[in-house]
Amino acid sequence: MRLELRLERSRKLEYLVPVVSVLLSLVVCAVLLLSTGANPLAAYSAMLKEAFGTSYGITEVLVKATPLILCGLGVMLAFKMLFWNIGAEGQLHMGAWGATAVVMTGWDGSPWLMIPAMMLGGFAAGALWALIPAYLKVKLNTNEIITTLLLNYVAILWVAHFIYGPWKDPVSFGFPMTMQFPEGAQLLRLAGTRVHLGFVFALVIAVALYFIQEKSRWGFEIAVTGGNPNAAEYAGMNAGRNILLVMLISGGLAGLAGMVEVSGIQLKLLKDISPHAAPYGYTAIIIAWLARRNPWGVVLVSILMGGLYVGGETVQITMKLPVNIVLIIQALILFFVLGGDILSRYRLVFDRPGQRPKKAALSGG
Amino acid sequence: MEASPLVLVVAVLQAAVRSGTPILFVCIGEIYAERSGVLNVGLEGLMLVGAIAGFSVGYSVGNPVVGVIAAAIAGALFSLIHAYVTITLRADQIVSGLTLTILGTGISGFFGKPMIGQVGPGFDQIAIPGLSSIPILGQVLFRQDAMVYLSYLLVPIAWWVMYKTHLGLAIRSVGENPATADSLGVSVTKVRYGCVLFGGAMAGLGGAYLSLAYTTMWIEQMSGGRGWITLALVIFAAWNPARAMLGAYLFGGADALQLRVQAVGIEIPTYFLMMLPYVLTITILVLASRASMRRRIGAPAALGLPYAREER
Repeated sequence: MRLELRLERSRKLEYLVPVVSVLLSLVVCAVLLLSTGANPLAAYSAMLKEAFGTSYGITEVLVKATPLILCGLGVMLAFKMLFWNIGAEGQLHMGAWGATAVVMTGWDGSPWLMIPAMMLGGFAAGALWALIPAYLKVKLNTNEIITTLLLNYVAILWVAHFIYGPWKDPVSFGFPMTMQFPEGAQLLRLAGTRVHLGFVFALVIAVALYFIQEKSRWGFEIAVTGGNPNAAEYAGMNAGRNILLVMLISGGLAGLAGMVEVSGIQLKLLKDISPHAAPYGYTAIIIAWLARRNPWGVVLVSILMGGLYVGGETVQITMKLPVNIVLIIQALILFFVLGGDILSRYRLVFDRPGQRPKKAALSGG
Repeated sequence: MEASPLVLVVAVLQAAVRSGTPILFVCIGEIYAERSGVLNVGLEGLMLVGAIAGFSVGYSVGNPVVGVIAAAIAGALFSLIHAYVTITLRADQIVSGLTLTILGTGISGFFGKPMIGQVGPGFDQIAIPGLSSIPILGQVLFRQDAMVYLSYLLVPIAWWVMYKTHLGLAIRSVGENPATADSLGVSVTKVRYGCVLFGGAMAGLGGAYLSLAYTTMWIEQMSGGRGWITLALVIFAAWNPARAMLGAYLFGGADALQLRVQAVGIEIPTYFLMMLPYVLTITILVLASRASMRRRIGAPAALGLPYAREER
């Protein structure tokens, strides 16, 4: 078995691959579910119905999609430059912390002032956190996969320190959380739902990023640097400065995701601002990759993943299935897309055993 | 409770070896994979798969050794996904590895649900007659469990195979210049598959150490970033199995220290202490990247690059 380069990339396959990948991952996950004695069809139909079958379900999907879009856009931008920012989870935590810090000053004012200040606090904290690995990469060529990832653990412990310690609400009965935010620090919600203004922010930023990517000179520089670093350098582009700028935005957006989670959903800083079984920051990596590095794609995939979260939580409660299937399905989809992408560029050729390929130089892999 | 400083230091060093051992296993495996040119950033997921496979089998059979063997097999099988996707299909190694971590986290959590709260069989401490009575050193190194002793054996063997055998030469040449190795009759595909599977088995062992020796239970996401820490230590070790030992125990020392300092009651906030192993790893990585910039000791030249004969 070997791979042969196709003369032309198969257009049809390029659209078919994601669809088939989703189906295949559901099939594999069904096998896992069967092995524990659960009924996969019942589980899937319950998930689908809960997530997209009711208006309440749809609003909850948008709630989950909000931090995913923000983190996903940030990660996508970094990936576009081939900077492996897998630290969105930590940047999100720092953003939540930075936004909370604004509230913890004791300020209780108008939302017109407090919300922008918290957004700034969240963005800045996430951005600063992301600038550490960016700076180390630019100055010392330190592997950013490892630094961004390890800083996630540090950021989570940082938040834990504050909610178990100095910021702990004295009347929380020992629960690690801050007091509830004053009304001025809460994001506006759509009446009767948990959908909040953060979703609008996320859409606006997606539009802005689209224009930056497609229409600006800087967006062009990022694409060139990611595609061919040598050409970028030859053209006089400053890769180091671009890495710092990209990470500033990337971390800032993840920070903003943390801000909207505390200000729009939790209304306080607490331990699980990101679901433990499938953290937003890690899902964002999958989203950025599946979205083909396209901002619209990020929005679309985030909404689908939001559906997976809502569905997963439902079957956890109603069918007692481990919520881990959310993570499993996500990862399987990505694996199938990875493999499928190769098949849209190469053709799989089977050689009959014993028969040598006509040109030895053509056999590979 | 007052303990003399020396007793305390010995206790910390002994704990450092214990704490460093799972990482040492993983590190040796990853050095082999990377030496052959395949980066596997899925170690965290592989460790978790090893930890749950080792624990469930060890628990149901009632024998930790069987659990460890199962963990190594599970690690190897799970890493087969990465091998197939990156070697045969030539997909991006980083994305595949990241996905492997996410999948491993999900699968271990899924199958681990019924194991939460169970206490499994574990490895007992064995004092090696004679050696264990050496002052300090004997206490630190030779009052450990069987898996620690296994790691003592594995390090020199891994070093010897890598630098003194034909196999090691083949592995290194495949990682440095696969086209040349290929033209000399070395099968790039076979060597890489072998190294990735070995790396997976070792990561499985490292995971099993956590659930069968370091503790005797399964906790969701119990690897706590050790897979990622290992990736940094591989760079620190300059892809040399012998140096991996130093790095692993250094990390183990930080881990052991933060636990002891808490117990002694020194006034540093708990969560800052818990950051110590991660911060130390980042520091080590920064120092290693400075050193490699100055002395130009680099990664294997073909690390991360798929090999396609026809595109040579």
